[in-house]
Amino acid sequence: MPTPTMTQSTSSQSTSLDVEAIRADFPILERRVHGLPLIYLDNAATSQKPRRVIDTLSGYYEHTNANVHRGVHTLSEEATAQYEGARAKVASFIGSCCPKEIIWTRNASEAMNLLAYSWGRANLKRGDRVLLTEMEHHSNIVPWQILSAELGFEIAYVRVADDGTLILDDLPKLLARTKLFSFTYMSNVVGTINPVKELTRAAHKAGALVHLDACQAVPHMPVDVQDLDVDFMSFSGHKMLGPTGIGALWGRRELLNAMPPWMGGGDMIREVHLTGFKPSELPWKFEAGTPAIAQAIGLGAAVDYLEQVGMAAIHQAEREITTYAMQRLPEVEGLRMLGPAADKRGGLVAFTLGDAHPHDIAAVLDNLGIAIRAGHHCAQPLHERYRLPATARASFYLYNTKAEVDLLVKGLHKVVEMFTF
Amino acid sequence: MDLYAEEILDHYKHPRHFGHLADPTLTFHDRNPLCGDEITLELQIADGKVADVAFTGHGCAISRAAASMMSEEIIGKSLDELREWDKESILDLLGIEVGPVRIKCALLPLKALKAAVWGLGEDE
Repeated sequence: MPTPTMTQSTSSQSTSLDVEAIRADFPILERRVHGLPLIYLDNAATSQKPRRVIDTLSGYYEHTNANVHRGVHTLSEEATAQYEGARAKVASFIGSCCPKEIIWTRNASEAMNLLAYSWGRANLKRGDRVLLTEMEHHSNIVPWQILSAELGFEIAYVRVADDGTLILDDLPKLLARTKLFSFTYMSNVVGTINPVKELTRAAHKAGALVHLDACQAVPHMPVDVQDLDVDFMSFSGHKMLGPTGIGALWGRRELLNAMPPWMGGGDMIREVHLTGFKPSELPWKFEAGTPAIAQAIGLGAAVDYLEQVGMAAIHQAEREITTYAMQRLPEVEGLRMLGPAADKRGGLVAFTLGDAHPHDIAAVLDNLGIAIRAGHHCAQPLHERYRLPATARASFYLYNTKAEVDLLVKGLHKVVEMFTF
Repeated sequence: MDLYAEEILDHYKHPRHFGHLADPTLTFHDRNPLCGDEITLELQIADGKVADVAFTGHGCAISRAAASMMSEEIIGKSLDELREWDKESILDLLGIEVGPVRIKCALLPLKALKAAVWGLGEDE
């Protein structure tokens, strides 16, 4: 199978990634949409999958398929080894000390629900505060709202400035009575990369724990939980070249050990009697039922791929393409970009275009083979803050090219032509 | 491009019956929170029939064109007739293929109309 290669040669890309070699690893990039080559710019929603991940999934079902942690037969032992091996890969990928700190979930939303229902229910009460930010994805807001209605703790929000950065002047005040500060590493709308270390230091100083929503960070840049010093972190597999149906909550093991189980069932118990049960140890304590075995193993293959390309190189390449996009997009009449300058954001740009509705923008682009996202991107409070019902968003990954940005800009000129009154 | 047929874009750029009525009999407001589409539909009813109609709001080309075309069509129709309307009535008016994602845009004006004629929306 083709392997991604690092090269110092630049060609028109001027990055350290050999993008053409990388593109050859992604079968879907060969398909056409409405007769034109697919230009996939919806990576913040989900990423495409390299051949290696697809082959790992089918290979698992063709050669290995069995339930894990149960059978003593060969297949079950192989499946268990691959499944737990993937956990070790993911743990090492994010700088965790040990695989048992990785709790598999269906996705990042489930990871945040696990945190809320297990840690939150055991630790939050009336008078306490959970601090979030105005730029959070719904998955880092709604679980806390549901739990707050039950337990009576308060939710406060760090506000967002016009340029899409957090307003941190009153952070010490907001952190008063805060038990948990839960915030995103990178906004999925304005693209802002938040100062995680600074926020974490402030939270710890105030006696609060930190949960980091790293969905938009882990796929795109080097992330080291020990260096960041956070306490919990959530991320999803499908945004980092892995399959859907697998995500993870990482937590410091002493915190996870102290947390009660949240879903009951098979695999999460040490023993069960008619009178009660004893939970299993980490990480299985939080993993009831047959897990997403193939998907976890597929995510392990995605991590192998990302490590081979290099996360620093991916981050650098995305920064270059984003800088380029932010130079070119304002050429389109009436286009307004949201969020901070390219050096303060990750690889995405949300924008509005005159009076054209984002759905119309996305539909016209789709006809040109270009996939972007339109809507509120599961961040309605942030859109309310900007008084925008919806935005259009182009988001990049390691296989995108500047030539694709050029075609996006060309497509947007066509939108203007069609929808100008 | 099928979705943006000339007639759709014409209704989008020059919506008919866009604005307010002096003294509407029925008013109904509805929105599609997922896209941020919004419509306020005002109906003037006389002798059980639609005498006049106006709408305001914002939305994509599909929802706005649907509102505009629907407004032209319903004048003179009785409330009983309008109660019979279903999604095919609107899709026939639009004359385009609307996929599963955009169908909500196309049907928002109908949703407001149905709520109004069934008497749910005696103002807000």
